[in-house]
Amino acid sequence: MSTPLLEVSGLSTSFVTDRGVVRAVDDVSFSLDRGKTLGVVGESGSGKTVLSRSVMGLLPKKNVIRTGHVIYDGVDVIDYDQKQMSAVWGKEMAMVFQDPMTSLNPVMKIGKQITESLRHHLGLDKEEANANALALMMSVGIPEPAQRLNEYPHQLSGGMRQRVTIAIALACGPKILFADEPTTALDVTVQAQILDLLDAQQRERHMAMILVSHDLGVVAGRTDEIMVMYGGKVVEHAPTAELFDNVKMPYTEALLRSIPRIENPSHTRLEAIPGRPPNLISPPKGCNFAPRCRYAQPKCVESEPPLITEGAHSYRCWFPCGTDENREALEKNMAAGVSVGISTTGGA
Amino acid sequence: MPAPSPNGPAPDSVFASSGDLATEISRAADADVATRDPLHNLDPDQVEGERAGKRLGPIFWIAVGVFAVIAIAAILAPWLPLKSHTVPVGRPSQPPSSQFWMGTDSLGRDIFSRAIWGGRVSLQVGFASILFGLFFGGIVGVIAGYRRGRTETVLMGAMDVLLSFPSLLLALSIVSFTDNREWWLVSIAIGIVAIAPIARLVRANTLVYSQREFVMAARSLGASTSRIIFKEIIPNVVFPVMSYAIILVAVAIVGEAALAYLGLSVRPPIPTWGGMIADGRPKLENAPWISLMPCLVLFVTVLALNLAGDRIREYFDIKEGGL
Repeated sequence: MSTPLLEVSGLSTSFVTDRGVVRAVDDVSFSLDRGKTLGVVGESGSGKTVLSRSVMGLLPKKNVIRTGHVIYDGVDVIDYDQKQMSAVWGKEMAMVFQDPMTSLNPVMKIGKQITESLRHHLGLDKEEANANALALMMSVGIPEPAQRLNEYPHQLSGGMRQRVTIAIALACGPKILFADEPTTALDVTVQAQILDLLDAQQRERHMAMILVSHDLGVVAGRTDEIMVMYGGKVVEHAPTAELFDNVKMPYTEALLRSIPRIENPSHTRLEAIPGRPPNLISPPKGCNFAPRCRYAQPKCVESEPPLITEGAHSYRCWFPCGTDENREALEKNMAAGVSVGISTTGGA
Repeated sequence: MPAPSPNGPAPDSVFASSGDLATEISRAADADVATRDPLHNLDPDQVEGERAGKRLGPIFWIAVGVFAVIAIAAILAPWLPLKSHTVPVGRPSQPPSSQFWMGTDSLGRDIFSRAIWGGRVSLQVGFASILFGLFFGGIVGVIAGYRRGRTETVLMGAMDVLLSFPSLLLALSIVSFTDNREWWLVSIAIGIVAIAPIARLVRANTLVYSQREFVMAARSLGASTSRIIFKEIIPNVVFPVMSYAIILVAVAIVGEAALAYLGLSVRPPIPTWGGMIADGRPKLENAPWISLMPCLVLFVTVLALNLAGDRIREYFDIKEGGL
């Protein structure tokens, strides 16, 4: 097996704010091969978006501290400046953004927005770029593409606009596509179409993809590996099938439990994870998730579990699900009448 | 919840069961794009503002018409069959009549022809000063809004200093540097006063647009900073700023009239509206038209510009949802 296309190791990103330093991404490592898909899952504020922007180097330089290594195709791009990165952006890595309402320039025709990068990166002339744009519009399933090229974004529906942003991202044939919650702003029916489109394009172009989502359902059937993030850290990372068959991290388990099931009778109470994500300015000493965890024990608050690796599966927990320790911990908590979490000193 | 693909790697049973429904729904929704297309065209959100019933309205067109008449008359003044505006053409202080439409002033010059000639200076100064302000205020505003940080603090601090001067006094002190006052000098004086408010507006709009995702999207495709500023940000900032600029032109015209009233605009005998108003002051009791007629022209011009500018501002006031 050759070297992976993208190898991220020990990547940390912190923001310097007036109230302190926020560690939005904390020591994240993963690697991604050509043609593979990595799902990144977590609730709001868990650092998924910052992670994808850190890897791409899209964050502002000011008040941002980024350490670690981002090795793309054998070259570490972490210290690349904007100028060096602009050769990588678009051609090697591209991103599809969350909200197609705001990720298109409202005063520029769609055709122009697609051809811009074609002409800039690939040096095509106007006619070649237009022909390419037309082909791209067709490949992302936009009806009447020739007419659409001459329209402005506000003349298209949300789903169509997201197709356009995908066409723009794919224009220069990137080797990695970052899809940052590409379906969050769309209707449920359109979501599936857009995800299928991304799937098809990925297979056709043999492109690697990082699919960021807060919805485990979105990533379940479409990824090779899943990385669950919580409070800026990777708390569980496993091949997709393995993750769902053999959940280790109580947080992942809680996420799975909070998905509504269609076979439940109507008006079943939806299970939610109590509490809020940790305060990243002064994170708790032990496990970040302990205050919200039903298995939490004193040990969890005292020391932070390391990333435990078992084969392809890694997780951060002292009492992983499905083990005897885990069952004992739950029994102990039930007996003590503690339904969830454990009081902590540090943190929010 | 979207459907997992059927051949995906062993989806959890949770997804399998609920996924089928989603697949069915999306298939139904996908079924015939053709039949849904006509519906598409009826949706007001997806039609241009014009066709969705957004109109500029009759008041706008009346205002534009009035302003166009005044502006065209001023531009064509040398070729119009007007009486001389520099030498007396009748007895002094005559009331409006069929011969002298707006009467004559205290020297016997025709007020109508002087009002048209005076419009040349007023409009020239009004537009030139705002263009000057747009150019420099625009540069300051875009840089401050895009660069942020210390650059912004310094630039906007300078603008605050400029704003803290009473505007008329600032313009007065600039024009009183020299005795040889040409129209462009007056324009620069008023233009300098206009820089700060324009810079603030441009900065605010630049801030809004530079944080929009399409700017980051452009960056993520490798666009350079200058490309982002010129192609992504400025075209978006232009609309709100231009509609404000039209209203500022009206303010500048009034400013020029104020300077002229104080005798600090272009030198006589070139007529200006403000100067004509000042000329009639001593005769206000006996021959009020000498002051009132240029007042009226000034009033109508400024009103027309304000109405048109306001309407354009409303028209281009694009709501988030409409983008």
